[in-house]
Amino acid sequence: MKIDPIHQFNIEPLFTLGHIGNHTIAFTNSSLYMLVAVAIISLLMLASGTQLIPGRLQSVAEISYEFVASTIRSTAGTEGMKFFPLIFSLFMFICVSNLVGIIPYTFTVSSHLIVTAALALLVFFTVLIYGLYKNGLKFFKIFVPHGVPIYILPLVMFIEILSFFLRPVSHSVRLFANMLAGHIALKVFAGFVAMLGFSLGALGWVGGVLPLALTVALTSLEILVAFLQAYVFAILTCIYLNDAIHPGH
Amino acid sequence: MAESHGGAKGPAAGAHTAADGGHHGGGFPPFESSTYASQLVSLAIFFVLLYVIVSKLALPRIGGAIEARQNKIEGDLAEAQKLKDQSEAALKAYENELAAARSRAQAIGNESRDKANAQAEAERKALEEQLAAKLAGAEKTIASTRAAAMSNVRGIAADAAGQIVQQLTGVVPDAASVNAAVDASLKG
Repeated sequence: MKIDPIHQFNIEPLFTLGHIGNHTIAFTNSSLYMLVAVAIISLLMLASGTQLIPGRLQSVAEISYEFVASTIRSTAGTEGMKFFPLIFSLFMFICVSNLVGIIPYTFTVSSHLIVTAALALLVFFTVLIYGLYKNGLKFFKIFVPHGVPIYILPLVMFIEILSFFLRPVSHSVRLFANMLAGHIALKVFAGFVAMLGFSLGALGWVGGVLPLALTVALTSLEILVAFLQAYVFAILTCIYLNDAIHPGH
Repeated sequence: MAESHGGAKGPAAGAHTAADGGHHGGGFPPFESSTYASQLVSLAIFFVLLYVIVSKLALPRIGGAIEARQNKIEGDLAEAQKLKDQSEAALKAYENELAAARSRAQAIGNESRDKANAQAEAERKALEEQLAAKLAGAEKTIASTRAAAMSNVRGIAADAAGQIVQQLTGVVPDAASVNAAVDASLKG
């Protein structure tokens, strides 16, 4: 029995939706899990009660609301609350699809660079367009930090501009690589258990205990990473938006 | 449509088999560009859907619930504060009333005590006068009784002295000399 740690990332078209130019647009397993994430979030946010004393589901909904709201307020100020729906959607979408992806035999939407790149570019262009719309040319003050001596200013500006345009790269690759690596590691360790069990008989069953324990530990780590990466993505979005709202800080 | 679907599936399926065979050099799924269009379209559809649900329905709903709770808590706290102020005012009024009642009671007590004292004093005075009068009467009676008794004693003494002298001497003394002797003795 061969265990392929990459197989879990395959995109399988389920049915075809249509064509754009030469490309076939299919409803894939990835689309299915995007739908699952949207459904879970909608269920959580819309089916929970709005009681004075919240139940469990309502508590979860309210905690996520307050969590994202306080993250925005602390990093981008109250003006950042304009982007509350965007950041909340990003955080919940990434968090829920990451957590669903940990369940065996499921698919992790954010383990594909194209998805995380699209989300990162959405943030990048939101920052760029809103920053220019709100501040006009003053937006470019973000490339000119205060208190830098004039003779190294060109160098600093170059670095600032470079880092600004590399933001979507680091923003998307961070999430993608974390999810990809975590799932490969899980699959490899789980694969050891099966390989030992199938090839070494009784000895393999005993020897499989260690990778099994590691798989359990890694799974809990992955739950943390799934949440943490969603949080990191959301807080970086807040920080980038803060540049658009208050340039020159 | 079915043909091009198959065409699109072709490389993916090929990569699939290659991966199953243990060679995933060229077919790493995240870099399989033929799947990008499908993923981007579904992401766009579902993310926009999510954004609309979140911004139009979910956040107003949850935010409203949180705000309603906040308002309720603030209202309840204000109400509690109001009731507390009221009860404090009532307590103060009660204490004032109590103090007033206490001082009034003290005044009434003092007054009635003074009155009772005055009355008792008057009664005592009347009684004392009465007693003094009675005492004076009694002293007068005693004095008269004593005077009477004394005069009786003189008579008895004179008789006794006359008898004693007669017994001793056998001579009956004359009354005048006995009386003189008794008077002298009584005076002495």
